[in-house]
Amino acid sequence: MMWEQIRSNQMRSVILVIGMGALLVLLGYFLGLYFFDSAIGGLVIALAVWVIMSLFAYFQGDSLLLSMSRARKISRDDHPRLYNVVEEMKIASGLEKMPDIYIIDDPALNAFATGRDPSRASVAITSGLLQKLNRDELQGVIGHEISHIKNRDVLLMAMCSVLLGTIVILAWYGSRFLIFGSMTGSRRSSSSGGGGQAQIIILVVALVFMILAPIMAYLIYFAISRKREYLADASAALYTRYPEGLASALEKLGASTGQLKSANQATAPMYIVNPFRKKGLKASDLSSTHPPISERIRILRAMAGNSFSDYNQAYRQIHQGGKGIMPATAEIAVGVVPLAATKPEAKVEEPDEMQRARENSDLMWRLNNYKTITCDCGTRLRVPPGFKEPKITCPHCGREHSV
Amino acid sequence: MIAVYIIIGIVVIILIIFVMTYNGLVRRRNQVKNAWAQIDVQLKRRYDLIPNLMETVKGYMKHERETLEAVTKARNLAQQVASAGAGARAKAEGELSSALSRLLAVVENYPDLKANQNFLALQEELTSTENKISFSRQYYNDSVLRYNNQTQMFPSNMIASMTGFKASEFFEVTVATEREAPKVSFT
Repeated sequence: MMWEQIRSNQMRSVILVIGMGALLVLLGYFLGLYFFDSAIGGLVIALAVWVIMSLFAYFQGDSLLLSMSRARKISRDDHPRLYNVVEEMKIASGLEKMPDIYIIDDPALNAFATGRDPSRASVAITSGLLQKLNRDELQGVIGHEISHIKNRDVLLMAMCSVLLGTIVILAWYGSRFLIFGSMTGSRRSSSSGGGGQAQIIILVVALVFMILAPIMAYLIYFAISRKREYLADASAALYTRYPEGLASALEKLGASTGQLKSANQATAPMYIVNPFRKKGLKASDLSSTHPPISERIRILRAMAGNSFSDYNQAYRQIHQGGKGIMPATAEIAVGVVPLAATKPEAKVEEPDEMQRARENSDLMWRLNNYKTITCDCGTRLRVPPGFKEPKITCPHCGREHSV
Repeated sequence: MIAVYIIIGIVVIILIIFVMTYNGLVRRRNQVKNAWAQIDVQLKRRYDLIPNLMETVKGYMKHERETLEAVTKARNLAQQVASAGAGARAKAEGELSSALSRLLAVVENYPDLKANQNFLALQEELTSTENKISFSRQYYNDSVLRYNNQTQMFPSNMIASMTGFKASEFFEVTVATEREAPKVSFT
């Protein structure tokens, strides 16, 4: 059921990736033909750039991404609720290894997953989001991220962004050389005058490719990314058996306007919502890594059950009879076993937003090696790591505390 | 001569399909076993949490002897039948779940307890463990569904019956309060 879904979805993504690869090869081919008179030279350069960037992304991508977003790794004791929610989703998805958990100290609302394979994965969440979401919503968001790991989207998107990056770089340098070369008029010595006609054709084709290839690559990239987002939403609904959790989390995410400082265009598809989104994005927008949040919410809320086929149906309903996002295999009709995670009858009390905010700030101080002492008068003393004295006096009531 | 090659080719392809399907079945079956073990892990975790919880709430809940005793009794019973049949076990675990939720419901009446850091941490652990039990059952059922589909659908069912793969049983909740109306969609 589920696995077949992922596999056939992967097939489509793979076809799109091959399309991007073909673009890269063609670009290299024409650049080579134009600049070196031989297609091989261009191909070799294109492939070399691609291989180097791929290797780097494969082996260093996740640690680079985490350090670029200034994420801090936390342990179970630092934030038991977050740790537990991640573990719950790990169990629900059948992931073998517990992913590492990171917190980004940023008031913007976002989360992402990284790691080239499910046994080396991490999820990161901003402190702002952690503060805003209640437990059910957090579960939805983490479910979405875990399914990015489970569906191996992280590797796919990393490889795609490398391809995209290579195409953009080659096209950029190609066009600069072209402009610079034609200005000085000493591009290279033409072998014979007879080749003039062919020369112009190659020039035109190379130019067209340099302009079109990056645009095409972007569109393919966005198409893949959006598809994976839908799939991750559907998987999150399936894992939590509670689409409303993710829907209401997305609502909160959509209402905030803060942009994540540490995100950039290449890392954007890893996040749960586009970190650079603008308000009022249209449903048919081709130039975004993520589907519009309002549409994702409407699909999740229109789901009659929790299975992929329910998601598919809801998608079709929203899109007025268009074809679904999931491939129409016979197996999705099977649905899911109706054993939901039973919600306790007596709703257990949860920390409200104020308490979550306090929890967060305690955590951030602790991660910076500050010690927190709560005085009997209610004052919280933050003791910096370099504090040498054995005792500290509360500035509010004058009680002494040992450090 | 060509006919021989074609026959050899067909045989090789059939063999490859056979091996791949067989391995797929083994993988699915292991997944089911693994998922079952995961439920056990979470149930054990719950047994371990309860003595701690009792220790913490005892001092505050002087008037809830019965509720507390019900939890302890249900826990001990569940632990005793842990090696018994699935039916008896599911019943005992279900009773433990409802005893625990009754306890957490009366906590409302004890504001001091609700402010206790130790209790709050335990409550989080308990809530999460309940969730983990549910999620591990859910994953078990998802795995069984995938495995059973493969043992029953053509053509893998032929290989499954030849090599002795039998359909697994779903985990069914026997306590009436935990059961939900089945939702089956035929699209």
